[in-house]
Amino acid sequence: MIDFALPRYQVRRDAEECVGCGICVRECANGVHVARPGEKVPKADHRKCVNCLRCVLTCPTRALTITRWPQVDGGSAVWTLEYMQDIATQAASGGVLLSSMGNPLPYPVYWDHLLLNASQVTNPSIDPLREPMETRVFLGGRPVALEIDERARALRSPLPPQVKLDVPIMFSAMSFGSVSLNTQRALAMAACELGTLFNVGEGGLHRDLERYADHAVVQVASGRFGVDPRYLNAGAMVEIKIGQGAKPGIGGHLPGEKITAEVSRTRMIPEGADAISPAPHHDIYSIEDLRQLVYSLKEATRYEKPVAVKIAAVHNAAAIASGMARAGAEVIVVDGFRGGTGAAPKRIRDNVGVPVELALASIDQRLRDEGIRSTVSVVASGSIRTSADVVRAIALGADAVSCGSAPLIALGCHQCGDCSRGRCNWGIATQRPELVERLDPEEGAERVVNLVRAWTHEIQEMMGGMGINAVDSLRGNRLMLRGIGLTDRELEILGVKHAGE
Amino acid sequence: MQANDARTLAGAAPMAPAEAAAGNSADARPSSSDPSSAPTEHVTLGALHFKEANEQVRQALDRTDDVVLEDVRAQRYLGCALPAGKRLEIHGTPGNDLACFMDGGTVEVLGNAQDQVGNTMNDGEVIVHGRCGDAAGYAMRGGRVFIRDGCGWRAGIHMKAYDARQPVVVVGKDAGSFLGEYMAGGVFVVLGETGDYLARGMHGGVIYLRRPPRAGALSDEVVLSRVDDADLAVLGPLLAEYDRLFASELGYRVSEEAPGFLRVAPASSRPYASLYVR
Repeated sequence: MIDFALPRYQVRRDAEECVGCGICVRECANGVHVARPGEKVPKADHRKCVNCLRCVLTCPTRALTITRWPQVDGGSAVWTLEYMQDIATQAASGGVLLSSMGNPLPYPVYWDHLLLNASQVTNPSIDPLREPMETRVFLGGRPVALEIDERARALRSPLPPQVKLDVPIMFSAMSFGSVSLNTQRALAMAACELGTLFNVGEGGLHRDLERYADHAVVQVASGRFGVDPRYLNAGAMVEIKIGQGAKPGIGGHLPGEKITAEVSRTRMIPEGADAISPAPHHDIYSIEDLRQLVYSLKEATRYEKPVAVKIAAVHNAAAIASGMARAGAEVIVVDGFRGGTGAAPKRIRDNVGVPVELALASIDQRLRDEGIRSTVSVVASGSIRTSADVVRAIALGADAVSCGSAPLIALGCHQCGDCSRGRCNWGIATQRPELVERLDPEEGAERVVNLVRAWTHEIQEMMGGMGINAVDSLRGNRLMLRGIGLTDRELEILGVKHAGE
Repeated sequence: MQANDARTLAGAAPMAPAEAAAGNSADARPSSSDPSSAPTEHVTLGALHFKEANEQVRQALDRTDDVVLEDVRAQRYLGCALPAGKRLEIHGTPGNDLACFMDGGTVEVLGNAQDQVGNTMNDGEVIVHGRCGDAAGYAMRGGRVFIRDGCGWRAGIHMKAYDARQPVVVVGKDAGSFLGEYMAGGVFVVLGETGDYLARGMHGGVIYLRRPPRAGALSDEVVLSRVDDADLAVLGPLLAEYDRLFASELGYRVSEEAPGFLRVAPASSRPYASLYVR
């Protein structure tokens, strides 16, 4: 039987520029570049190339370029080469197609249809270089009303636990196992430096990261990996993972070959066995059951940590979020379908869920309509690409955002989408020691800190332009947004006017 | 295979001393700031909300190692994260999530328990002189749970083991369907009947059955066999402990029957290894 699989990429080597140094051969864990005895120039096995750009960027003479495989399809907009290749792969194997990172299909990106406001003449702009500009936000539950003893200048009503973020940007949940320890180290160090939080995902807290635990969100998912009283009390916040934007309705499944001794110890599971964390928590069938888990975590942490609940952005997100708030969640995290992942079934990634912009806007509106928006914090994630996306998300109603792909790109990720194979040439989505050591956590942390500091300055400038001097005053301030190229229905859901109005 | 680890390690696990229920009336030990020498305290829960009830229980546990709870009426989370050296004796019916995240303590219930006994329990011992509800031992990774009577559905779901930790659950009568779903480690013993969908997705640990499983209850993911000597080295002491705890109440013993038990173990630690393709 003929193998129907075509290479996805073509590796082009400029024979004049190539000096035969062999760096590409050593750098590619996929084995694309093959040295040939007696030949100066290596040969490329195009089928193995995933377009991670490791060889391109490490080639000292820039002799390498990756292009798309030049084969054309039959010209049909229906039977594209990609669909035919998927069919060939499944016909040969009987397997569920696995993919990585977020939904790549050209669905509308609403961020790109939302324009920001700036003040002119009245309510003048504020210059962030000279004037104070508050980017600090607090996450946690809030009482409906505050009682204050004015004489004693003290709060009379107890305030639920809060976490302070110096910038409204956190790092999304990425577990040790799906990413390398050096990746987590870099994000943890950056979070401490920036005064924000990283999130250990559902992979437990590695002992080397315990020193950063006061800047960690510790996650509890259905498999309860690594969850014990010490873990729950180590973090700044506890997050119940119900769903993830990249694969709504699908759980975590770390294959046995990635459960190394270290991963096993950190997740507190057997070495080499599949780590299965299915989508349903089998103790949660209702909002009341969610409430039971929320309060078990509050009891285990003596009511000293905010409890967050994370869901994927799905059709009924607003009603679900209302239930979450009533179940005792103090932080509601909504993750859109462009959010990244180490591994997701391709058909789920590409077809399930909704854009976070729509879900966020409808959640914020629903909680306002019900008069409970002020009692909880809302965090949005799933394709926050720039500081302008952060500003848009906050103006649509988020207290803060979480970013996963952007900090990974700062660390060297080139979005090749091959995370699940565990051969990440950049040392991010891998447990192979020789690859992990390619990522220097200190250098990585510095790059992530640079990125977030640059974004923060841009956020200050955009807020200053609007005449706003605190993130708190931007939150839910949809008058600062105008839609462009959107239908009336889209504008209604987003709660914004059209540009020109 | 995972099941072998489970058998050897659980057999070597130390037995936590389970005190007789009679020894807990307030004794004449001198009071001091050392909880270990403080006398047993009694706390009456009645209709208290769980938050207040647990706060009172924690305060009592700060003063003494032994606390007896009277008139318990379904308060949740009792024994939550209870550390080693601490003991709760519960009269009445504790609510859901009894001994959740428990970390070495001992909980003994003179009555029935509700759902999720020992949820994500790390270590310690739970003894229930009655039956319990659904999802007992959810994601338990250490310690032991002895239920005198039956249990509800989904017991032992996500039980796991690592290093020297081997969680153990013994259920004295019938267990509901979906027992041992996604079980990844540990030992689950059922002395009564089991339901449908037994051990679905099981990829570690071992289940011992006194009665054969219901027809069609097992999938290809698991293998049913008679117990061998290695199994008996694990099962024997667990049944002996069950008898020690409950035989006087039940009027019969089970430990002599160990050689007739059946073993359910996973066929593979990687049941879904070939599910995906890239």
